[in-house]
Amino acid sequence: MTNTNEKNRQEIIVTGFGGQGIILAGRILGQAAALGDSKESTLVQSYGPESRGGACAAQVIISEDIIQYPYIKTPDLLVCMSQSAYDKYIDELKPDGILLTDQDLVKPAEDRDCFSIPATRMAEELGRKMMANIIMIGFTTAVAGVISVDAAKEAVTSSVPRGTEKMNLQAFTKGYEYGLSKLKGRAKKASGQTGVMA
Amino acid sequence: MEPKVLTGEHFINGDIACAEGAIAAGCTFFGAYPITPATEVAERMSERLPDVCGIFIQMEDEIAAMTSILGAAWTGVKTMTATSGPGFSLMMETVGLAVVTETPCVVVNVQRGGPSTGLPTMGAQADMMQAKWGSHGDYEIIAIAPSSPQEMFDLTIEAFNLSEKYRVPVFIMSDEVVGHMSEKVLIPEAKEIKTVARIKPKGRKDQFKPYQPGENGVPPMPAIGDGYNVHVTGLTHDEQGYPVMSVDTQKDMMNRLLSKIRDNLDDIIRTEEYLLDDADIVIVSYGVSARTAFTAVDMARQMGIRVGLLRLITVWPFPEEMIRDLSKRVKGFVTVEINMGQISREVQRCAGANAPSYLVGHAGGTVITPDEVIHLIKEAF
Repeated sequence: MTNTNEKNRQEIIVTGFGGQGIILAGRILGQAAALGDSKESTLVQSYGPESRGGACAAQVIISEDIIQYPYIKTPDLLVCMSQSAYDKYIDELKPDGILLTDQDLVKPAEDRDCFSIPATRMAEELGRKMMANIIMIGFTTAVAGVISVDAAKEAVTSSVPRGTEKMNLQAFTKGYEYGLSKLKGRAKKASGQTGVMA
Repeated sequence: MEPKVLTGEHFINGDIACAEGAIAAGCTFFGAYPITPATEVAERMSERLPDVCGIFIQMEDEIAAMTSILGAAWTGVKTMTATSGPGFSLMMETVGLAVVTETPCVVVNVQRGGPSTGLPTMGAQADMMQAKWGSHGDYEIIAIAPSSPQEMFDLTIEAFNLSEKYRVPVFIMSDEVVGHMSEKVLIPEAKEIKTVARIKPKGRKDQFKPYQPGENGVPPMPAIGDGYNVHVTGLTHDEQGYPVMSVDTQKDMMNRLLSKIRDNLDDIIRTEEYLLDDADIVIVSYGVSARTAFTAVDMARQMGIRVGLLRLITVWPFPEEMIRDLSKRVKGFVTVEINMGQISREVQRCAGANAPSYLVGHAGGTVITPDEVIHLIKEAF
């Protein structure tokens, strides 16, 4: 409705529980687009008074043009890290939009096409459950192609606590590679395309 | 240690950009009490002020926070506080003290839904009239409404400059959305940033009158300790700064406090126009709502409706003449703001009988959508 004059505009909602690093994930996407890829991007967030456990969403708009109205009604890309977030936002996803989920935390409707990754489980295997969001960012970078890999890595490095950069880049790469293999698995995406939105 | 000016491109939120603007403008004292959604301003100032040998104090409440920045300002430094609605209410008495003692200071209000504790984590623009009239008595202040993190940086510098130039409290009337929204912020090189410092008195110390007007009706301001005797009081005072309870002294003091702003509107007021030249319908908006308005103008134009936007960068003093002039040639005004009718009433007052004025308002907690603006335009015109 509001993106009529804004070309090449991609609208992304990252959502889950407070404490999963949802806002940081949104921040990394926005920062990668703005600083690494030299595009315009806007991040707005919605959250409740509680810092953990409540519903939480980051809305990121990435565009070649100036972004005015900063909110998203119908995202092109929906990243869900909780069932309640999925239930809340799934009807807003554009018909041809892409759904990404944490496969252990979200059970989408059976007829719903989606890209899923056991991000939280993979993070636990890496020794830090809180890196699930970074794995998800890696996965999103590979599958959706809204930000470049280099920009994403740079944004991850500068956004995580000092001393944890290596560990987080490893998490990013895990998610990214998982995403690439998922893409390969889809025969129609086999011809050198890095992302379905790129 | 980080430098004073963090030259380069950053992806930061409006609150942090505001703090960086303050540091770049030369602010070296920040006294505040944390409150959502303004806490990040305080957090950033607490991290950054040591880099510039400044002082950060978390005061016991907002009354003390506001008082602290006045006291610090009289030692010769640039000062700021940041708060949201409930804290803004507590500051109001001291805002009057800042006005009457002509103390330069910057007050950031990252607005949230009210009244009272209201909606701590959700935005509104309902403190706009409070910024103008919240303290008792007649007065003029300056209020600025940033629409983006970039403007939180740029206009915070502007706020300091105006405050120093006119010796008046300047309000940065932001809101939760702009405060917490992250975007690219370009911080220029230090030498490209224009900063203004208050004019200090010269001449014989025994003949000094602290409230004798200088250029633009603004008295030069010494720092306590410079050797010039000053008497700083909230009571009505003469040019010497001494309390004088008389009709004439009150009249003279008030005239100067009002006229130093009212006589310099061209220097103070800043607006942005978008497709206004051929517009039949003028949207008036500010802060985050102006972003809705830009999109609504584009949508209306695509439908063949000639809509333009007057974005208020300075909300107070209000650009009365501009609205009055426009009212003579347009079909009407639509004010878009997240309250139940504040600035829209100013627009209505200035447009008078020349053109109708409508409001697209909201009780707060979310932004107004462009669709709501289009809906009203179709209904009303």
